Amino acid sequence: MSLQPIQDPGLPSHVNRKADADPKAAKRAEQQVAILFLTSALGTVLFIFSYVGVPQDQLIFLPILGTTNAHQLFLGLGLAISLFFIGMGAVHWAKTLMPDHEVVDVRKEQRSKDEDRAAFVATIKEQGATAGLGRRTLIKRTLGLSLGLAGLSPLLLLRDCSAELPGEELAQTNWRAGTRLLTDPGDRPIKPGDLEVGAVAQVLPLLPAGRKRTLNDIAKDALLLIRIRPEEFNLDAERLSWTYQGIIAFSKICSHMGCAVALYEQSTKHLLCPCHQSTFDVTRAAKVIFGPAARPLPQLPISVDSEGYLVAASPFNEAVGPSYWERDSE
Amino acid sequence: MKARERAAGAVANYVDERTGAAKWMKKTLTKVFPDHWSFMLGEIVLYSFIILLLSGTFLTFWFDPSMREVEYEGSYEALEGVHMSAAYASTLHISFDVRGGLLMRQIHHWAALIFLAAMVAHLLRVFFTGAFRKPREMNWIIGVGLLTLGIVEGFLGYSLPDDLLSGTGIRIAEAIMQAIPVVGSYLSYFVFGGAFPGELFIPRIYTAHVLLIPGIFLALITAHLMLVWYQKHTQYPGPGRTEKNVVGYPLLPVYMAKAGGFFFIVFGFTAFLGAVAQINPIWVYGPYTPAQIGAGSQPDWYMGWLDGLVRMSPPIETHALGYTISWNILIPGLIIPGILFTLMALYPFIESWITGDKREHHLLDRPRNNPNRTAIGAMALTFVLVTLINGGNDLLAVHFDLSINQIMWFSRIGVFVLPPIAFVVTKRICLALQRADREMVLHGKESGRLVMLPHGEFIEVHEPLSPQKAYQLTSHEQLPALSAPETDERGVALPKGIRQKLRARWSRAASEQIAKPTVEELKEIEHH
Ligand code: HEM
Ligand code: FES
Repeated sequence: MSLQPIQDPGLPSHVNRKADADPKAAKRAEQQVAILFLTSALGTVLFIFSYVGVPQDQLIFLPILGTTNAHQLFLGLGLAISLFFIGMGAVHWAKTLMPDHEVVDVRKEQRSKDEDRAAFVATIKEQGATAGLGRRTLIKRTLGLSLGLAGLSPLLLLRDCSAELPGEELAQTNWRAGTRLLTDPGDRPIKPGDLEVGAVAQVLPLLPAGRKRTLNDIAKDALLLIRIRPEEFNLDAERLSWTYQGIIAFSKICSHMGCAVALYEQSTKHLLCPCHQSTFDVTRAAKVIFGPAARPLPQLPISVDSEGYLVAASPFNEAVGPSYWERDSE
Repeated sequence: MKARERAAGAVANYVDERTGAAKWMKKTLTKVFPDHWSFMLGEIVLYSFIILLLSGTFLTFWFDPSMREVEYEGSYEALEGVHMSAAYASTLHISFDVRGGLLMRQIHHWAALIFLAAMVAHLLRVFFTGAFRKPREMNWIIGVGLLTLGIVEGFLGYSLPDDLLSGTGIRIAEAIMQAIPVVGSYLSYFVFGGAFPGELFIPRIYTAHVLLIPGIFLALITAHLMLVWYQKHTQYPGPGRTEKNVVGYPLLPVYMAKAGGFFFIVFGFTAFLGAVAQINPIWVYGPYTPAQIGAGSQPDWYMGWLDGLVRMSPPIETHALGYTISWNILIPGLIIPGILFTLMALYPFIESWITGDKREHHLLDRPRNNPNRTAIGAMALTFVLVTLINGGNDLLAVHFDLSINQIMWFSRIGVFVLPPIAFVVTKRICLALQRADREMVLHGKESGRLVMLPHGEFIEVHEPLSPQKAYQLTSHEQLPALSAPETDERGVALPKGIRQKLRARWSRAASEQIAKPTVEELKEIEHH
């Protein structure tokens, strides 16, 4: 503990405010407070007027704000004024008219007195002894057991939070060999000719008749079709055979954390995920060239059916979307 | 006696005869509260919580927490006939068909942002002034808990409307869950009631958002305030203020009027923001579908640092024996935040272990008088700032014409390099300020007045400090470094473990100070 080289001069003495000494100043302060409270009352009037008098779809033009909904704006301003000026009035009142003498209170250490602490320990020991917890080990152990087991029941009850457990489902989509590609939106089958070089389209699988498409389906099935000139591909033979006349199909669900990979840059042939900017090179089977994604977007083999419509040549050969523990990524 | 006074007296009498409350109330109403602008930060947190309760309750009257598919037919024409969840449709209904509904939504959202911002500012005040020291460590830990819950609560809140932006956030949260080794996919299935997105998570997070977490908030806030009450507020050092007293204004009437008034000011200000500043226009984003995304998707600011960490993570996954571990998600999404929050919660104990200081403290530190702590705080802030910048890298890239690549590499390197630099610089600044204080006490403050000496030289007149000011600049204590005990009580040499060495080193760093003027030095000055 280092010493204080200068003695504590003690609390500075109280300085009178204007209103403390001068009754006229005090009167003025009182009026100011009243004006603040009255302003608040006007705010409530504006609020009520906007609620009943301004139609909900009324637009007005204001500088800075632009075109705004008048109903919501004046309702809000009325509320703001009514609340804000109550506060201003109260604070102004406290500052100008209420006593501003600082008060000193003593503080004592949090710690109890030694004898209280000793008495406390003694009480615990005595009362504990009367219950015989220390001696009766059988009771202690069985109580521990039953409490521990009882704690399991709420956990067990949570089991039905999900009817299904994750299994193969995580790795499956609705794409099968021969599944037609449908435009989204539009739900029309597409022929290769519908897609010009440089174009990109989002597609979904044709589902078996009677099956309604849910968000769960879309979360795994969404597919991007991109068409470039075939000679621009830089793929091995197998991957090249998965394309069709320069059309290549990737899962649209980011391999990082599952956002929709929505941005395609035609000039560089890069796909970009807006969530964390993982960037995939279309010409090299969606290899990751930037960002936190660790795997390429899964590629779906495509071809055409007898009527010339684009179809999946086979299912995805890996799980789409973000990684998970059981995912076989090799 | 006037009739009103008589009635009040009767009520007071009735209550006291049944509870004996008069004694307690008398003490309570004259309880002393120190006054300082920085003590209002905690109040803002409390008031915005109340605003959240009020505006949130209003929203529950119309919000339909259901993922049932409906066809929209409200007054927002652009989405007419679009299929969407009932949650999204009801949020549109609140925005366009309930009078004051949009205002309340915007007030609720702004209050959430202010709530979290004020909480962070409050935490920084407590940190930099050392208010977390004994006996207030428990309240620090409660505070860390509140901050964590606040982030979760806010995230769940903006996920409720089930718009395209919020659904994207939920998708990312789901991916973090899935990435947890061994149990991840099970955890996700239990939360979502099956595969993502399912039809259950909106009702589930709704219960958490309006009941479970606010309930925990209420309990924790109550405990937090009871401790403040019971331990009495800290105060800044100054003449007349000691470790043994508390100087301020009594609860009744001054403090009550100021605090009560301030509640209305905060509420009024939030309402003003809700009136003029649009926030979260969910009708622009459209309903959630996993196959779409809005460009420039950004979470609320208090999630931005997490997002920034995730964005800067290198693309590392381990694939072995048919299993996958996503380090690129686990490290930024769980491990680093876990370490940060744990260190933050433990900081009071770490500091007291290093300094060996186990005494109670009720006088606050000026940040400069504890250079090491202040530098640690600056280091942590810099870290968070870099991650926040990276969280907005797409927006920054557009605004400042940079490439995302540049910002990413700046952040990847900066996140390691800048915090230590901030530490060193801040420590130097603190020491320089201490030196300036010392100079001022010894030689007075510069008055700005020049006088010409007889031989023509100009000097500036230094005015002596007032005794109050001089006391304020010299009353703090400067702890010496711990001398690590080399022998135990019986004089047996102790093995010097790595822990002891580390502690001795940190303790030396923590005690680096510019010595304040001594009594002798001050005497000497007086003689001149
Ligand atoms: C204490 C912390 C709280 C935080 C940080 C918070 C945050 C949020 C946020 C950011 C939203 C999104 C609003 C939007 O822009 O649409 C929201 C929505 C909502 N909150 Fe809260 N909230 C809190 C407490 C509460 C409470 C106590 C209730 C109810 C008693 C509540 C009820 C709701 C409801 C019904 C919605 C959805 C309706 C809508 O979005 O329009 N909130 N919350
Ligand atoms: S989800 Fe696509 S980059 Fe993260």
